[in-house]
Amino acid sequence: MDISNIIDQQTLDALIKFGINLLIIILKIAVVLGIGLLHVAYATYFERKVIGHMQVRLGPMRVGPHGLLQPIADGLKLFFKEDIIPEKADKPVFYLGPVIFMAAAMVNLSVIPFSSHFVIANINVGLLFIFAMAGMGVYGIFISGWASNSKYAFIGGLRSSAQVISYEIAMGLSLVGVMIMSGSLNLTDIVRAQEESIYGMFAIPQIVGFVVFTIAAVAETNRTPFDMPEAESELVAGYFTEYSGFRFALFFLGEYIAMFIMASMATVCFLGGWTLPWYIKVIPFINYVPGIVWFLMKVYAFIFFYYWIRATVPRYRYDQLMGIGWKILIPVALANILITGLVKILL
Amino acid sequence: MIRKEAEKIFETRELNVNMGPQHPATHGVLRLVLDIDGETIVKVTPYVGYLHRGIEKLGESLSYFQALPLTDRMDYVSAMSNNIGYCVAVEKLFGIEAPERAKFIRTIVGEMSRIANHLLWLATHALDIGAMTVFLYCFREREWILDLYEMICGARLTVTYPRVGGVRNDVPQEFLDSLWKFTEEFPSRILEYETLIDQNRIWLLRTKGIGVISAEEAVSWGMTGPTLRGSGVPYDIRKHMPYDAYDKVEFEVPIGTEGDTYDRYRCRMLEMRQSNKIIRQCIEKLPTGPVMADEPKFTLQPKDMMMPITHPTKEMAYFIDEKKCKGCGMCLRACPAKAIFGEKKKPHKIDQALCLQCATCFVTCKFKAMKIIPGGKGLSDEKLAELAAAPVPEEITKAAEYLVRQFEFVKKGPRAPEGELYVATEVPKGELGFYFVSDGSGKPYRMRLRAPSFIHAGCLPRLCIGHLVADVIAAIGTIDIVLGECDR
Repeated sequence: MDISNIIDQQTLDALIKFGINLLIIILKIAVVLGIGLLHVAYATYFERKVIGHMQVRLGPMRVGPHGLLQPIADGLKLFFKEDIIPEKADKPVFYLGPVIFMAAAMVNLSVIPFSSHFVIANINVGLLFIFAMAGMGVYGIFISGWASNSKYAFIGGLRSSAQVISYEIAMGLSLVGVMIMSGSLNLTDIVRAQEESIYGMFAIPQIVGFVVFTIAAVAETNRTPFDMPEAESELVAGYFTEYSGFRFALFFLGEYIAMFIMASMATVCFLGGWTLPWYIKVIPFINYVPGIVWFLMKVYAFIFFYYWIRATVPRYRYDQLMGIGWKILIPVALANILITGLVKILL
Repeated sequence: MIRKEAEKIFETRELNVNMGPQHPATHGVLRLVLDIDGETIVKVTPYVGYLHRGIEKLGESLSYFQALPLTDRMDYVSAMSNNIGYCVAVEKLFGIEAPERAKFIRTIVGEMSRIANHLLWLATHALDIGAMTVFLYCFREREWILDLYEMICGARLTVTYPRVGGVRNDVPQEFLDSLWKFTEEFPSRILEYETLIDQNRIWLLRTKGIGVISAEEAVSWGMTGPTLRGSGVPYDIRKHMPYDAYDKVEFEVPIGTEGDTYDRYRCRMLEMRQSNKIIRQCIEKLPTGPVMADEPKFTLQPKDMMMPITHPTKEMAYFIDEKKCKGCGMCLRACPAKAIFGEKKKPHKIDQALCLQCATCFVTCKFKAMKIIPGGKGLSDEKLAELAAAPVPEEITKAAEYLVRQFEFVKKGPRAPEGELYVATEVPKGELGFYFVSDGSGKPYRMRLRAPSFIHAGCLPRLCIGHLVADVIAAIGTIDIVLGECDR
């Protein structure tokens, strides 16, 4: 039977096109997901090695050469651990918490432009999408803190939601300068705008915004010195105190992916993404290096910065953290917007 | 009615949080029950006793020097200082004095333990506040000190190196060389820790103005040690009631001004430098001579006198003289290997195959029926009887006499004069006091310990109330408690 008897040629073409597109997208998702999970595994290894060497010790050394197989061993261990659920926990919500947290972090990977043509969904509100999803992640933290039916987890959840919400404002405001300068919310367009500008990257004209963003990004991902929600010396492990086994691993996964997202955001919005500023491009042969290399180098430099902070500074107290967010970062970010706007209008 | 309902609905209560006994930041098994209003502390109730091992009571059933290893288990972070405190107290009770060299060695190891303790304190305090790296830097140096301990006594944590009347053994020259090198390097290492936290904005925010306690209040709460000196009270037992060699060395007592967590931190940091100074002076002035007081009535004498019998290369056989044995069964019951057999009122026999040559039967026998036959291991009974007839060498007789004396001494313990006595020493955590009531027997009638950690744990509510949850951690860190000492 001829297929053209049932549907006409045009529809068939459209369907095939849709199918191919779908296939490409699924392939892209598979690649990004694979890389994302591998990233998490080796980001833990990277962190332990970096901090280890900063603290005059070696870090993992036992599994594989220089401990290279350690993340795999850790993953296996987490996978086979007993999954303990507190008796009085609110079970459906307890199950849902880590899933929301990780899904909200992972979905961001879809809008990050890794290279000039490699982005799963090139949507025109990419920046807003990431904000929205980061906001969703708070639900994961908060409901897991609530559902655990533990006071430590509860306080951790409360602290976290307050912290993430207040720092989200500072982070959003710090990025408004970038939006003004590039005139777009599409992440690919933001990178293109940087390539075309005389600075080469927005970190130079938007230095204030960059600093505010960096601080807010550390707080947003609950890392030292802002790791209040999971401050191990006070709250044992914060919102995921009661989680074990693979549910705990989901939180871990989510946290490291969130870190990757924040580093990617910094790279895309301030450090020029996969592009190089024109004053570096003059070096011969450098144009032959693929853009993804530059992108990943910038991302990992930023992640290294995260680890560096963790090895160096103590932890803020909860009220001091909120004070910094509301009294310093938000006014500074607002002033930055004002100045950027004025410059944009006047020039 | 509606109003009542509304009040019921909108009623607010403090959240009751149980912190500990298993908690990463309570330095052991301290349990704090916190009432928190939001993040503010309204009420703190410390509960102690989870690590109670009855050291005071155990001390009453052990002779004076058998109780010494118990003091290791109190403040296991600075066991050496606890040992010294006990030894100084018992020496006062006996009215004996350690030789000069032993005093200097004790001062050296005591100050080493102060440095080791403050390093551990700094490491954990910084880790609680979130500075991870300081922790490992501190442990690097603490490791060095523990290795030095190992060099002099073979143990790293529960040392039992000082003894009543001196120290266990003299220090080797390599120990002094390595320690000298340590004192040369250590000041620069302190600077290393301080670069990380001393002027760190976050550290200052977390420690300045937290847990403030005035000098008068600190005294009336019974605080001692650096915890008290942080409030500006220059009370240091090493300075005011010197023991060991502290009156022969120069050092300062650093004090704070504000009485907050930061001042107490500064005090301890400066104290480490002073300890370093004391160690250097002691090494320079270290006199020669014996390390154990020559007081056979009160101290254990060196063991080399017994060597002809107890040395592992010597092969001895024990033989019961049938004529002298009354068959009382004392040796039969005492033998750990159950090698002695025989009926009551009849001469006993030793099964040579089972005998461990521990000499327990020899010192137990009241009728001198036991004979030591040198080189007699593995011989038949007839041959042994033949050998036993021969006179015992004088060397063995002397050693045997000495063995019996040592045995009696260890079993019964030195007799302390009757009376009561309180002796305090400055351990890294504060004033460690030993109070003895002696009834003239070989064991204390009552042994009471004034443990600084216990008293400091009681101050926690005073330091925490009104602050935030995170400050409780800083307060636990700043009073430097070890629950082994607190619960005893």
